[in-house]
Amino acid sequence: MSNDAASSSAGASAKPSRKPKYSKFTQQELPACKPLLTPGWVIAILMLVGAIFIPIGAIALLASNSVVEIVEQYETSCLPANITTKEARIRYIQDDTTEKSCPMTLTVPKKMNNPVYVYYQLDHYYQNHRRYVKSRSDKQLLDGASTSNSDLDSCKPLKQFNNTPIIPCGLIAWSLFNDTYLFSRQNSAPIPVNKRGISWKSDRDHKFGSTVFPSNFPNNLNRNESSSAFIGGAALNVSQPLSEAEDLIVWMRSAALPTFRKLWGKIETDLQAGEIISVNITNVYNTYEFGGKKKLVLSTASWLGGKNNFLGIAYLTVGVLCIFLAIVFFLIHYKTPRPLGDTSYLSWNRKGNVNGLS
Amino acid sequence: MAEIKEDEEDARPPRISRDSSNKEKNSGRCVYINEGDRYPDLYCNNRVSNTKYNLWNFLPKNLWEQFGRFMNKYFLLIAILQLWPLITPVNPASTWGPLLLIFSVSACKEAWDDYNRYKLDKQANERMVWVVKKGVKTRIQAQDIHVGDIVWLREKDEVPCDMILLGSSDPQGVCYIETSTIDGETDLKTRVVPSPCIGLNSELLHKIKGIIECGYPDRDIRRFDANLRLFPPFIDTDYFPITVNNTLLQSCFIRNTEWACGVAVYTGNETKLGMSRGLPSPKLTAVDAMIDKLTGAIFVFQVVVVIILGFAGNAWKSTEADKLWYVHYPKAAPWYEFIVIPLRFELLCSIMIPISIKVSLDLAKSMYAKFIDWDLHMYDEKTDTPAVATNTAISEDLGQIEYILTDKTGTLTENLMVFKKCCIKGSCYGDSTRDAVKDPALLRALNENDPEVLKFLTVMAVCNTVVPSRSPNGSISYKAQSQDEEALVSAASHLRVVLLNKAANCVEVSVLGAVLEFDILDVLEFTSDRKKMSVIVRERQTGELKLLTKGADEAIFSSVHNDQQVRRVAEIVDQYSQMGLRTLCLAWRDIREEEYHDWSRKFKEASSSIVDREWKIAEVCVLMERNLELLGATAIEDKLQDGVAETIESLRDAGINFWMLTGDKQLTAAQIALSCNFVLPEPQGQLLYVQGATQSDVGASLERVLRTMQISSTEHKYQDVAFVIDGLALEFALKYYRQLFAELASLCRTAICCRVTPSQKAQLVHLVKSWEFRTLAIGDGGNDVRMIQEAHVGVGISGREGLQAARAADYSLAKFRFLKRLILVHGRYSYNRSAFLSQYSIYKSLVLCFIQIFFSFVSGISGTSLFNSFSLMAYNVLYTSVPVMASVLDKDIDEKTVLQHPQILKYCQAGRLLNPSTFAGWFGRALFHGAVVFLITMHVYVNEKSEMEEVSLVALSGCIWLQAFVVALETSSFTTIQHIAIGGNLVAFYIFNLVASTVKWGGMYTIMFRICSQRAYWLTMLLIVGAGIGPIAALKFFRFFYRPSLINILQYRERRARVTEANATSSSNAASATSSGSTSSSQRAAQDEESSSVYQPLLLSTKDRTKRQ
Repeated sequence: MSNDAASSSAGASAKPSRKPKYSKFTQQELPACKPLLTPGWVIAILMLVGAIFIPIGAIALLASNSVVEIVEQYETSCLPANITTKEARIRYIQDDTTEKSCPMTLTVPKKMNNPVYVYYQLDHYYQNHRRYVKSRSDKQLLDGASTSNSDLDSCKPLKQFNNTPIIPCGLIAWSLFNDTYLFSRQNSAPIPVNKRGISWKSDRDHKFGSTVFPSNFPNNLNRNESSSAFIGGAALNVSQPLSEAEDLIVWMRSAALPTFRKLWGKIETDLQAGEIISVNITNVYNTYEFGGKKKLVLSTASWLGGKNNFLGIAYLTVGVLCIFLAIVFFLIHYKTPRPLGDTSYLSWNRKGNVNGLS
Repeated sequence: MAEIKEDEEDARPPRISRDSSNKEKNSGRCVYINEGDRYPDLYCNNRVSNTKYNLWNFLPKNLWEQFGRFMNKYFLLIAILQLWPLITPVNPASTWGPLLLIFSVSACKEAWDDYNRYKLDKQANERMVWVVKKGVKTRIQAQDIHVGDIVWLREKDEVPCDMILLGSSDPQGVCYIETSTIDGETDLKTRVVPSPCIGLNSELLHKIKGIIECGYPDRDIRRFDANLRLFPPFIDTDYFPITVNNTLLQSCFIRNTEWACGVAVYTGNETKLGMSRGLPSPKLTAVDAMIDKLTGAIFVFQVVVVIILGFAGNAWKSTEADKLWYVHYPKAAPWYEFIVIPLRFELLCSIMIPISIKVSLDLAKSMYAKFIDWDLHMYDEKTDTPAVATNTAISEDLGQIEYILTDKTGTLTENLMVFKKCCIKGSCYGDSTRDAVKDPALLRALNENDPEVLKFLTVMAVCNTVVPSRSPNGSISYKAQSQDEEALVSAASHLRVVLLNKAANCVEVSVLGAVLEFDILDVLEFTSDRKKMSVIVRERQTGELKLLTKGADEAIFSSVHNDQQVRRVAEIVDQYSQMGLRTLCLAWRDIREEEYHDWSRKFKEASSSIVDREWKIAEVCVLMERNLELLGATAIEDKLQDGVAETIESLRDAGINFWMLTGDKQLTAAQIALSCNFVLPEPQGQLLYVQGATQSDVGASLERVLRTMQISSTEHKYQDVAFVIDGLALEFALKYYRQLFAELASLCRTAICCRVTPSQKAQLVHLVKSWEFRTLAIGDGGNDVRMIQEAHVGVGISGREGLQAARAADYSLAKFRFLKRLILVHGRYSYNRSAFLSQYSIYKSLVLCFIQIFFSFVSGISGTSLFNSFSLMAYNVLYTSVPVMASVLDKDIDEKTVLQHPQILKYCQAGRLLNPSTFAGWFGRALFHGAVVFLITMHVYVNEKSEMEEVSLVALSGCIWLQAFVVALETSSFTTIQHIAIGGNLVAFYIFNLVASTVKWGGMYTIMFRICSQRAYWLTMLLIVGAGIGPIAALKFFRFFYRPSLINILQYRERRARVTEANATSSSNAASATSSGSTSSSQRAAQDEESSSVYQPLLLSTKDRTKRQ
């Protein structure tokens, strides 16, 4: 309380000067560049942005258009004709005894260079639902049975079955997509689909254990053995470690949107234009309950990925808008030139009354 | 000795009973001298404690204090909700981490401060002092002193508690002390031993017994009302009145006195200093208030969003989600199910009010304060005083000041008094070329031993509180608390009436070489109500009793017997005042012996009253100060400080209204007001006087002035009208005509209030504040402290009247002229920077929040967070906080330009950079940017690319890119630091995430590497920046060009000045002529103006501001 006062009252000669030290920072005198754009500059910049964006848009569009894509929606067409109501569909899909294979033919519109990616696409499927997206245990996927019970809490409501932990636990693994596709050429020569390497390598190596095997997995049970409500999606091969269950690994990368495609396999031969490919679909995954769509997609890829015109169109739009704005600016500027720093402030001055606050 | 004791034993019981009955009525405590151990528990010991906490209550108390604020409560609520795993979208650590950090930082700061206080206390408490206990001198720790103990001090000792002086080494009983720790005044003050105790030797002082009655402890360091009575065998006088002049207050230092002793009356935290301790309530700036308002609005918005989304989420769940077999909703829901989704959204939206805003603002504010402390332009070489920002939290308010209420003496003026003129018995001495001291006429009169002149000079030399001190070489220097008195005494000594020596009751004056001795019988002290002071002296040689008086003219005139004399002097005083001189009138009269006796008794009675002493004394003084013989008047010049007029002119141009509050008389004040540019001289300006001695007079005068003012404001007759009001009229106006006065004040930009008391000053500040204006009070003396504390911003001038004002103030300056820079440069920048910082902080959180909200629409309104916990936490704390902090260096326009065009401050005053409509702009921008990032990300990352972690990081990096460009767009001047902060931050973001992507067990493993290798990612970023910044930049530039604000105009002018400068140095002026043909018309127009552009006043206020005298 008193020492600062004591020091200030001490003789001025004895103590060093209280003069602040000079530095450009303390005096707020750091050299600064003050970019201030004139209309000319703004017009130039807008033109430049336009000039960059439009070609990019064009290139992106070209890339997207170079992608050849076959999309076949099959969840309705694969149903027997007599099944129309929702209840009937659900009954149909949950009945293990009925044969559910569904032959279809696809026509290749343009030559598809290998690799041709085979995707399944689900619509109206909320992998990003809060209950769903969290229902997994990354620790268990890597460590398997040694995972402590509390680490499995996140798997609820599919943490345990018959009081033993489920491996892999959680809703995501449990609802694994299980439709399968068999491709063959018209001459009935099968087209091999490579199911290896469809998942991320980092996932296989570091996220899914090579010594973790599925156990107590509800989907592996016979529907008769358990209550049917406990059967979700695909069964897992109990002799295959999780790190090799690539369909599961792909599936467990949750999608951010309710419409998504997941890689199912790769066709490593070229498909010629006009070629007719027959596909035998085993339609067993239940999307009928929530009215979701299932699509089979064959697609090549460009340097930008799959077919997606959005980037191209968006770039073109922004680019064109910039050019348009540049022209508008130019016209306004040409027609009614306003000298910068003119006297328009006088009106402001008049308004600026004592009470100020507007 | 034993006998004495027994005597007292007999005497005490009735006393105690009387005292206890007294206690119920009014008085506070009775202190038995030298019996500190008698009632050890009655009063606290001398343990000083300034600490706020102790070891046990620190945590709860500190937490309680921190949670007293709305924002902290909100954050805690959010953090607690997050502990419920069912609803938390993210890891609770993302909120608890920053929250705990912030809380522990401020707790640590508090703890450290408190620990330092504790250490200081300990030092003070354990200091050893000599104390007489049971008649034996012992050395004990300061904290063990009890009320009633006799404490012995040596020179340079610090006084450990409030004591009443009983003895000192000086035979006259004088003791010198330095009180700078209490009031900041560094001159020595004299304290005297109460007369019954004078002459007691140290042996007797060991045995002294007596009783002191004094009031309850209070905080008024200028008053000490008590009575002393010694017990036999000491001179058993009647009750002797004790005033503050007999006291040694805690933490003063003994100087120039070998030893002193006194009895402790108030100890520990009950001392005057202890009672006046305590932190003043923190001031809230207009910017803070606005931010609070906006935060409140955001909170309401958040609640609305939560309710809507909660409803929608529950509805979606009951209609859609139950069909999603893979989500596996249980059939039977717990009772609280309906509240789960709303609460999830509450947590998801909780980042709308970011924790970081408080931290960034606090940091920025302390930076502004540092810039003020560091500013060399506000450093005064002469006094070695830098500007100091004591209050680091209110710099923004400086930029929004609308009213400045200023003291005059010492604030506008140097407080360096020079005796200029005088008028003795009708003849005036001193003219414009010569001071009165050098006037040959006066010297001649002196040589002729003119009795009137001698009388006059004697009053000058004797009637004061100046202390002469003789240096070893024989010269006499004067120390005075009032600069006026010092000027008078020095002037008298120049005229060979020298004040030689002043002991307790005796003054030696050498009059033309002959030494005269006066006994000072009574001093009728100066108070701001009485406005005069008198001494009653007895001349030793002749034994004559005299009353010597000096004071303000009207105070003296009313008690002078001869009216004729008065008229002449009054005329002269008016003349002096018109020259801006401070005038004092001197008077005296002879007193008859018996009259004095009568009066003396009354005076003693009044002096020893404990209640209302000041008022009672004043009443008695009136009895004595009458029938005076007017001797004449003195005129003292107080020079204006450098640059005062210029500073005031600039600040008035900046739209700030000035009120001058002074104790001077009307004419002097008006004169100073003119020379300070407070008001234009006639014919452009006019001063209107509100006068009157009664309620109705004042009312009529007010109405008249108001009417004149209304007429003149409609007819534009005068550009400048100011009203002048004096203390008396002001009192009536404030009491009965508040409405009228308010109306008057709103019409005038300037008011001059003269003859006002300190409490009236504070009242006026309060009044202006009540009209919702931002006020700044500036003053230099103790009488300005109340007004400084009352105002939104208090500025103290560390001047000659001590540091009291500077200590109470938020900012202390060495000179008035620095105020211009403080307000225009520091205040304005601080406001601009805080306005940007606060709005930007909310904006950036809103962007993220909007993305989360949009995402909830594609995730089944289930409350999924797109971003992971780490990103959410790091976004506010790491990714976006650094670039915006660099904005504390941003300068929209140069200091020089601001000082040239002070009108620009009106922007800040009107709050144009931070108000609901600017905030609406930021809110819209957040919505737009949220939509841009979300839509682009979700459309590019579709189908097979739609992977949560990737999409999340793409959206996040989109936000970061946008933030970098937004900050860049809003920055006007880029220093290296800003370049590094903005660019470096972007790089740091990538480094951070790349590092996070190498963590195998983390959710982000390899993600950043993956997306960085995608061409689509970089194209997305470019698109987000293009689509997000393009429209905003276009809008901004459109406004710049076609609806420029004053700031924009100045920016262009500055730029043009820079260009011209560059041209002038590089090539000849011919270049501009040749280029004009090809450049666009705007540049051509610009060049036309060029020659006159830069230094022309921008706001063509037709006021022709010429220098006046």
